[in-house]
Amino acid sequence: MRKTVNQRAWLFILPVLVLVAFNAILPLMTVVNYSVQETFGNNEFFWAGLIWFEQVIGSPRFHDSLIRQLIFTFSILAIEIPLGVIIALAMPRKGVWVSVCLVLMALPLLIPWNVVGAMWNIFALPDIGLMGYTLNAIGFDFNFTRQIGDAWFTLLLMDVWHWTSLVVLLAYAGLVSIPDAYYQAARIDGASSWAIFRYIQLPKMKRVLTIAVLLRFMDSFNIYTEPFVLTGGGPGNSTTLLSIDLVKIALGQFDLGPAAAMSLIYFLIILLLSWVFYTLMMRNEE
Amino acid sequence: MALELKSVAKQVDGEVHIHPTDLTLAPGSFNVLLGTTLSGKTTLMQLMAGLERPTSGQIWFNGRDVTGVSVQKRNVSMVYQQFINYPNLSVYANIASPLKLARIDKAEINRRVQEMAELMRLTPMLDRRPSELSGGQQQRTAMARALVKDADVVLLDEPLANLDFKLREELRDELPRLFADRNCIAVYATTEPMEALLFGGNTATLHEGRVTQFGPTMESYQQPKDLISAQVFSEPPMNSAKVTKQGGEFLLGSSIRWQADASTTGLADGSYMLGVRPHRVTIRPDGAQPVAIRGHVRIAELSGSESTVHFDLNGNDWVSLSTGVHDFDIGAEADFHMDVSRAMYFDDAGHLVGAAGGRAD
Amino acid sequence: MARITLDNLGHAYMPNPVNPADWALQQLDFEFDDGGAYALLGPSGCGKTTLLNIISGLLVPSRGRVLFDGEDMTTRDPTARNIAQVFQFPVIYDTMTVRQNLAFPLRNRGVPAAEIEARVSEIAEMTDLTEMLDRRASGLTADGKQKISLGRGLVRDDVNVIMFDEPLTVIDPHLKWQLRSKLKELHRRIDRTMIYVTHDQIEALTFADRVVLMKDGGVVQIGTPVELFERPAHTFVGHFIGSPGMNLLPCIMAGDTAMIGDTPIAVANAASVKPGGALEIGIRPEFVRFADSGLPVQVTRVMNAGRYRIVETVTQTGETVKLLASNEDEVPSEATRLSFDPAFTRVYRDGWLAGEGRGA
Repeated sequence: MRKTVNQRAWLFILPVLVLVAFNAILPLMTVVNYSVQETFGNNEFFWAGLIWFEQVIGSPRFHDSLIRQLIFTFSILAIEIPLGVIIALAMPRKGVWVSVCLVLMALPLLIPWNVVGAMWNIFALPDIGLMGYTLNAIGFDFNFTRQIGDAWFTLLLMDVWHWTSLVVLLAYAGLVSIPDAYYQAARIDGASSWAIFRYIQLPKMKRVLTIAVLLRFMDSFNIYTEPFVLTGGGPGNSTTLLSIDLVKIALGQFDLGPAAAMSLIYFLIILLLSWVFYTLMMRNEE
Repeated sequence: MALELKSVAKQVDGEVHIHPTDLTLAPGSFNVLLGTTLSGKTTLMQLMAGLERPTSGQIWFNGRDVTGVSVQKRNVSMVYQQFINYPNLSVYANIASPLKLARIDKAEINRRVQEMAELMRLTPMLDRRPSELSGGQQQRTAMARALVKDADVVLLDEPLANLDFKLREELRDELPRLFADRNCIAVYATTEPMEALLFGGNTATLHEGRVTQFGPTMESYQQPKDLISAQVFSEPPMNSAKVTKQGGEFLLGSSIRWQADASTTGLADGSYMLGVRPHRVTIRPDGAQPVAIRGHVRIAELSGSESTVHFDLNGNDWVSLSTGVHDFDIGAEADFHMDVSRAMYFDDAGHLVGAAGGRAD
Repeated sequence: MARITLDNLGHAYMPNPVNPADWALQQLDFEFDDGGAYALLGPSGCGKTTLLNIISGLLVPSRGRVLFDGEDMTTRDPTARNIAQVFQFPVIYDTMTVRQNLAFPLRNRGVPAAEIEARVSEIAEMTDLTEMLDRRASGLTADGKQKISLGRGLVRDDVNVIMFDEPLTVIDPHLKWQLRSKLKELHRRIDRTMIYVTHDQIEALTFADRVVLMKDGGVVQIGTPVELFERPAHTFVGHFIGSPGMNLLPCIMAGDTAMIGDTPIAVANAASVKPGGALEIGIRPEFVRFADSGLPVQVTRVMNAGRYRIVETVTQTGETVKLLASNEDEVPSEATRLSFDPAFTRVYRDGWLAGEGRGA
């Protein structure tokens, strides 16, 4: 719907436009700039064409971290979305416990990312960490700094702990917005709990779940701080996700050109996959 | 101070919401927009208010083109179907809010709020919050807020739809009095023909984004221009059936026939659509020219004072409305009488060509 | 199919009700006959929805019992009671087609597919949904969706009672007429107990064989539409039923004659009016006529309702009397007199019909 054109509105959003320009558009342009040039410092630049793009796309190192990234993202989506829905379904809809549950759920979201990483790092240490020590004490050979499987286990567990609440809160918001009449009608129609979930709750939660999937997808694809603090990408490169790899190339090796090209490819992958998710989930929507 | 719509049209994503519309609303007039859900009433109001900009055409107010002028600068007020008040303000503060925004001095605000509260019978509730009021009182508060600022145009979008039947009746009764001494242009949207009738003023019948007729309410009701306007402005829905004119006679089906009268005798022979309002189809012969008809009863509804009989007449769904209690079994054959002196005739294009007796109420 | 008995029923939403006002539903004993059409009528907050929820099993009453054919159902859930309900706002299963919606209650009960198919076609025919069976339910208009809700109730042939909770709220007037008569027609055809909750007197009167009129959690009168219209037991009934409602005029009794000011008025129940209390004459606008002799009034307003006119008059003591005039009637321009049909003119004492029940 087109609203009345009011030229003054532009004045009001101008500060935000300027901010966005400094925050997003200018850095992005810089990245584009770097991605097609070669620099050796001293502010000297040489045209490189698509060389960096070709190099990145052909590099096994990029393939590996992309695959690791995909495994990570799809794993946490496969765990967090159903788990979040299940927890939301189990939460009370009325009474004093509602606010208690909501606060409990919100807690992990309030903790800064680097603290989460540090927390879990200590928590999982096999010698002094509560989890690491307990696991070893009951007979598991657990050491996330040495064993690839343990590192992944800890990484996934950390992300699930940190972010499932977001899915819970969104799903819960979707659930409480369903009018009572729907549940009453379903009880009268003799619907089982499963049928109620399948034909009332799930369809009514579809929109918020789409948002949840998109948010979790984008966030997990961009994840950096937590795994970096937890494992530093190791052992070896086993938990080196795309963003960690990118930072290693850009800041560790100062290969600005390849890093810039990789950033752009990275950006395009996120854009493309988000679009795919969105279209898939919004199919059949009036 | 008239509000004029000049060929105003509205499309959204290529879909027509309002066809080009010309409408002139006189100062001090009460105008009803009558039509079903999605007939375009709300869109038309939003265009009048300046909440929406027309795709084409112009809106003039007081001899000035205000097409692009935003709603804030237009001195309009609006009342919605939902009771919209500031929940954390008292009734007094709610009514006073538009005056405060206009920076009117305190004494004057107080005088006008008290006067409006008196008119709206809200004086005892001025200190309460909207949530402590009944639905009717909440809507009175919303109306008081709309009226207190002396807006040039007051738009009411089905304001009574969410009220209980009796509260609706009460407010419907009071509304004309509230607008009687004001110089504002009132526009009132409703789906109910009865409301339009009781308010008097002017009525515009709307159908699928088109104003099919606009004029004094009684005229629109008694002299509908076409079949659609007649149907929109009829409750219960108007009965209709194909009839043929032959010589000086009308024929419905194979056996029902009656003489044309002064207003229809000049019509050319051929087929017409007959329209008869349900209360002109009665169980006892009534009116100036009752014609006996026989139909199969679908269902009879008895309200204690009136009987509504739904029946099938030659494949048409008809309704008869009579006073008193008359029960029928489902499927029974029953005799009715339609007073053709109150009938309307429409040509193939749907235009009114003859209203027998000149007055089809 | 069942006879539903409300035995000493009462409900309060608060834990320890003390005052009568604490009860959302005052004490109620009533029997719904098998196959009857009933309406629970009253303004918002009168307790009608509370009563509906108690019957359907969505709410357990704080007091009393609900019996289906003599069997205590008070604490049984809606599924066990075998009831159906149509809600104020259409409840449909969005992701299903119309056909799947109608089949849903049967599928949940493990009815064989062939039988489901047959029942669904039959009900679709009854509710005029046949042509839309394979459309997505969410694409239908409001009246179509309400028909689906209704169809889901009708599709089970073992349903004890079908309840309607203001089912026409979201329906446009011209479709209201159709849907309303459709409900009535279906009731006549399938002969199942139906209970219709509404604040709209026209819907209640046209649908029900018996109307339960409620106010402030209590029942004011139970009767046929004709009884409620012609013989209101309380001034509230007179006001609530009929549009406009019944005229009420303060009066005094001079022996066996009712007087409004100096004007004697013939009333039907003069002999049974006992002394004391505030007396009023109740007369419906339908039974008032202009006359040469009678109550002197001034005509103050004439409103044209299309098929009749509502004339407002004021008596010499400032009371409003409304009457209905046909389009052909002559309406006097100012001072005139009114006569009341004595058969429908009654005296009310403290609100109740004098000489009967609580007005005795």
